[in-house]
Amino acid sequence: MTGATGDGDEVARAPWIPGPRRAADDHADLTARLPEEAEEPDVDDPDVDDPDVDDPDLDDPDLEVPVLTHDVLKSLLGAWALSACSTGESRAVENHLTVCAPCADEALRLRDAVALLHEDRDLDLDPLLRSRVLENCLGRRPARIPVPDWVTPYDAETARLDALLRDIGESEWHAPVRLKWYEEDRVMRRKATVAAVIGHLLAVDGLVSTALGLDDPLGAGVPELSPTERTEALWSALDRPPNRSLRGPWRDQSHTLIRTVAFAGRGVADLTVTYKDFALPLRDSLLERAFECWLHADDIANAVAYPYAPPSGAHLHGMIDLAARLLPAALANRRRTGLASPARHLVAAGAPGRSLHLEIEGAGGGHWYIALDSPAAVGSADHAVAQVAMDGVEFCQLVAGHITPEEAAAGQDGDREAIRDVLAAAASLSRL
Amino acid sequence: MAMDTPPRWDRRMQQRLARGEAAALGEFYDRFAALVHSLAHRVLDDDDAADQVTREVFGYIWENPDSYDPKQGNMRSWVAKLTQRQAVHRLRQAETLAYAETGLGSAEELEQKVHRATVAARADYIVTSMPAPLRAALELAYFQRRDYRQTAADLGVTEDEARRRLRLGLQLLSSANTRPLEGSSPPGYGRTP
Repeated sequence: MTGATGDGDEVARAPWIPGPRRAADDHADLTARLPEEAEEPDVDDPDVDDPDVDDPDLDDPDLEVPVLTHDVLKSLLGAWALSACSTGESRAVENHLTVCAPCADEALRLRDAVALLHEDRDLDLDPLLRSRVLENCLGRRPARIPVPDWVTPYDAETARLDALLRDIGESEWHAPVRLKWYEEDRVMRRKATVAAVIGHLLAVDGLVSTALGLDDPLGAGVPELSPTERTEALWSALDRPPNRSLRGPWRDQSHTLIRTVAFAGRGVADLTVTYKDFALPLRDSLLERAFECWLHADDIANAVAYPYAPPSGAHLHGMIDLAARLLPAALANRRRTGLASPARHLVAAGAPGRSLHLEIEGAGGGHWYIALDSPAAVGSADHAVAQVAMDGVEFCQLVAGHITPEEAAAGQDGDREAIRDVLAAAASLSRL
Repeated sequence: MAMDTPPRWDRRMQQRLARGEAAALGEFYDRFAALVHSLAHRVLDDDDAADQVTREVFGYIWENPDSYDPKQGNMRSWVAKLTQRQAVHRLRQAETLAYAETGLGSAEELEQKVHRATVAARADYIVTSMPAPLRAALELAYFQRRDYRQTAADLGVTEDEARRRLRLGLQLLSSANTRPLEGSSPPGYGRTP
């Protein structure tokens, strides 16, 4: 213990130490009135004299000053310095300080320490700083075990979401989040919480973990389930409503995935990740996970009223490219179930076919040609029958099912049917 | 919280950085970037300058992971020390330059400014590194203006314990005024400043 060293009874000629200032707050002016001033109330500006001040005058003759032992007085020094004890106790401490040098010494130090307390700055870390700092490091000393380029969107998006989660308070983990997606041409909605969304990401990222032979967050021996089924399984296995304790497992899993892939060598990019109803090579699967991570982070940010920017242009480009590559198969799928118009001109596999020109504007934008009649055909500028122009983030919102094909503000030109089918197919890529 | 960091994590991280694992660098950044940036900002009071110090500190660590000596304290305190040194260096540079250009101020004022910034950064570091129960008590009493009885009730501890935590927390914090950060592990319980 500091300060009082047992000779507290020694009476020293300590100066009378005025009470500490009140905690950092605007209405400190009045309550922080120093005793000297209290003795001469006239020096106070009458304009700021507030009858509602509940702090009784320190010279109040009716003030009950408790009689306390030295040990108790000493133990009160911290609370006193923080203005966190009763007026009577404060007065008892201050009286004691005039007669006890060790306590007076400590009191001064603790009061000075209070002045060092400082509000944490929130969310000041620029999320783009991470890639700049890492790039600078790797320029100074190249990595011997690099993180493959195709993993960086997942690395960046999980880090951004984690930074957001670090900055939110306990109660915000239970803030309601409205999940929205598009299924069988209808908008689906589901109520969740911030923590439940992290559980969802943990459960679906687990598909990649199991593909890599890592532990499944759902436990061993779980049968093949769809992303939605996995999410339900994780949610229902929790014995309490999801809370912030899910952050650790989610973050550890994403770190382990990145690390494992970095060590695995080149061939791992083509490893198949099965989502029950479909499959993706690992390189696309991690891009898809990055996309989901961003959009759900955006859901969370909306729920807790934090700003959240889209991914960097390069990463956004990769996500748009993935969606564009998945569109022909999604179109074919809809055609099989009668939701899209029939194919018009079937061509030999690998030959250029009737196409839609998708022009994406803004950061991460570019030009894509979507084969309309068969996933086996090759999209071609020469065979374009329609054009759609959209902003990149808007296109991603469509792919995520956050906006409907009708809501998508797209510049359109050419074959109406083709445009309607492609926009609907884009929305059909979405799920929980 | 530093207290939750097992030394094993520190040693393992050092090995991975030394091995040149880019994934480790990312994890290292995720754990310490907020600390580095906020300490640098506390000294320099400027976002761009804090960004720059962050870049320099991580660059240095990535190039010299072996300069961390676990015997001298945990990795977090090492990172804080490097950050503070770099930020103070930069502050000194900027102030010296300003002095040369404008002729305003004095060497004494510069030293005072450096001292104030150093103490403030040290205090921030101490707050983020102190045992969670002490920090929680200080947060309630100071930022939420709860008196010690309310603090005790909020934390589910006795009033004696609440008083003890507030006093101990401030004692740790007050060491920012007297002890150099140099080589320090975060101050422990009951240390005499």
